[in-house]
Amino acid sequence: MPTLTEAPPPLAPGAPESKPPKRRGRFTPYWLLLPGILWLVVFFALPMIYQASTSVQTGSLEQGYKVTWHFATYWDALSAYWPQFVRSVLYAGTATILCLLLGYPLAYLIAFRAGRWKNLIMILVIAPFFTSFLIRTLAWKTILADGGPVVGAFNTLHVLDVTNWLGMTAGDRVLATPLAVVCGLTYNFLPFMILPLYTSLERIDGRLHEAAGDLYARPWTTFRKVTFPLSMPGVVSGTLLTFIPAAGDYVNADLLGSTDTRMVGNVIQTQFLRVLDYPTAAALSFILMAAILLMVTLYIRRSGTEDLV
Amino acid sequence: MTNKTDPSGDVRLTGIAKTYGSFTAVHPLDLTVPQGSFFALLGASGCGKTTTLRMIAGLEEPSAGTVFLGDQDVTALPPYKRPVNTVFQSYALFPHLDIFENVAFGLRRRGWKSVKKQVEEMLELVQLGEQARKKPHQLSGGQQQRVAVARALINHPKVLLLDEPLGALDLKLRRQMQLELKRIQTEVGITFVHVTHDQEEAMTMADTVAVMNAGRVEQLGAPTELYENPRTTFVANFLGTSNFIEAEVDSKSGEEIVLKAGGGKLVLPEARCSAPAGTGGKVLVGVRPEKISLTHADDAGEIPEGRNRITGRIADSSFIGVSTQYVVDSPVCSDFEVYAQNIDRDPRLVPGAEVVLHWNPAHTFGLDAAQDADAGVEEAA
Repeated sequence: MPTLTEAPPPLAPGAPESKPPKRRGRFTPYWLLLPGILWLVVFFALPMIYQASTSVQTGSLEQGYKVTWHFATYWDALSAYWPQFVRSVLYAGTATILCLLLGYPLAYLIAFRAGRWKNLIMILVIAPFFTSFLIRTLAWKTILADGGPVVGAFNTLHVLDVTNWLGMTAGDRVLATPLAVVCGLTYNFLPFMILPLYTSLERIDGRLHEAAGDLYARPWTTFRKVTFPLSMPGVVSGTLLTFIPAAGDYVNADLLGSTDTRMVGNVIQTQFLRVLDYPTAAALSFILMAAILLMVTLYIRRSGTEDLV
Repeated sequence: MTNKTDPSGDVRLTGIAKTYGSFTAVHPLDLTVPQGSFFALLGASGCGKTTTLRMIAGLEEPSAGTVFLGDQDVTALPPYKRPVNTVFQSYALFPHLDIFENVAFGLRRRGWKSVKKQVEEMLELVQLGEQARKKPHQLSGGQQQRVAVARALINHPKVLLLDEPLGALDLKLRRQMQLELKRIQTEVGITFVHVTHDQEEAMTMADTVAVMNAGRVEQLGAPTELYENPRTTFVANFLGTSNFIEAEVDSKSGEEIVLKAGGGKLVLPEARCSAPAGTGGKVLVGVRPEKISLTHADDAGEIPEGRNRITGRIADSSFIGVSTQYVVDSPVCSDFEVYAQNIDRDPRLVPGAEVVLHWNPAHTFGLDAAQDADAGVEEAA
């Protein structure tokens, strides 16, 4: 067919015109990145540098602060407030584990069993966000109040005996005890656990469950060998999204705890806003950040989730 | 090799049915698949073939009826207690496990401690020994398919169920895997139940094919039997192409039925007629396009006696290499298809030419005229 040879190569006529937009296109990604980078520089990098410099300054509020490379502030802060650090890690760790134990079954239910109730349950999980964090935490104050329903029920069921023995409560009180703080943290961060868990569970191909069953795995074995390993990305991101903010939180310890349950967040807040000892507050912030980074890195290494598709 | 007479690998379905609300996916069905056979469930999507397979696997609970494996009633058993394994459509390999662990999965679940030897042997059988430590997503479609087969076969199931296992492969690879699966089946002697919508695949691989349509088995038999002597228009159209002539029973003589169609007479062996053929009754006479010879009207006298013949005019012809396909417009059937081997091509056979179509009466089949002559045409396309 001779007409075929006359058909123009599809790219030829457009080629000279398409060159200039191509060159402009090369920089498009950077332009698109610019707003985000600016934001990071102004609200993350600069404050970080400012805080870093603050942490090695000495002086007083009256005479002003000067950078003197006084690294001893870090050591002093750590030796003075290590109990609060340990407590932060313990409380945040306990809350994270509780979130995982409460959140996993719920995420599993939403992902695999909820059917047409799926959306409703998802809305219920997210609904608390419509109310302020502070108000929700204050509400827990009422729930856990002395002589309230929780204390009564715990007393009758002898739960308090157990928690007293564990050092989570003292006497007949729940409010102003470690238990109350952990409960508050668990409650406030639970959605951050459920959402990533749900997302990774939902992505699992249902036929894999069938295949496991077909290959002689009982339901529980299927969960252990197939479902749980495949949900690891969700477990890791859920625990990080819970643990990291919980470790730095001070609202729950402030509203639901007592002076005996102060966490690092409370110390930093006090140092910054009441004592006005900026170098110590900045040093504490950096220690907390470093500690969390270290723990998170070790955790991600151990869980080996980079490998999961 | 398993003893072929051992009935423990029989699959017996009695009155098995599945309904979803008011929709009936599978109508009560009786089916026996003998030990060691390669059995295909063939049908268009939504015909209930996969549902039937899943009921054998235990992945779907039948609404009624019983599933027997050998003499054992397994209807109430969960999948992990049934001695059957499935090769899933799109394979369902475990993405977090490597090939070795995927294949070892079933053995480990049954408490085997050392699986190395078995797994390596099985990977050799499917020619994947080198790939043992790769993850499924690093393999090609054909390799994943072989892993899926190995993962199921290593457990020495009584029955291997294959749910459209070749659907995701390209044509060439599919042909290759068809032969491969057939080879493996002959080698291990396990009963294979294969679900497919590809009639060629079913005919190439299976000893017995059950053609399913709308939740029922239309016809069951050996591939040649189904093709040569279909008992419904659905089977006739779904497996290959068929021409139909509506005819009236004129008389019966011995083993043969003589029918009137248009002006002429057609002969049909009584054994090949699945319709009630009382004198005066209507019968759909069918014949496959490749059984028909075309002769130009001028040479009509040279056609041997005793052949069924009808006249027509060529409406269209297309040359496709090994054969030429003609569409003939005939008074008894408006688009009669004829496939003629390109041996001696008659140059007069061009569109517009008057021709006589003739064939051996032994290739004629008779169907109940009360059904839609076009049933199954679209599903097969």
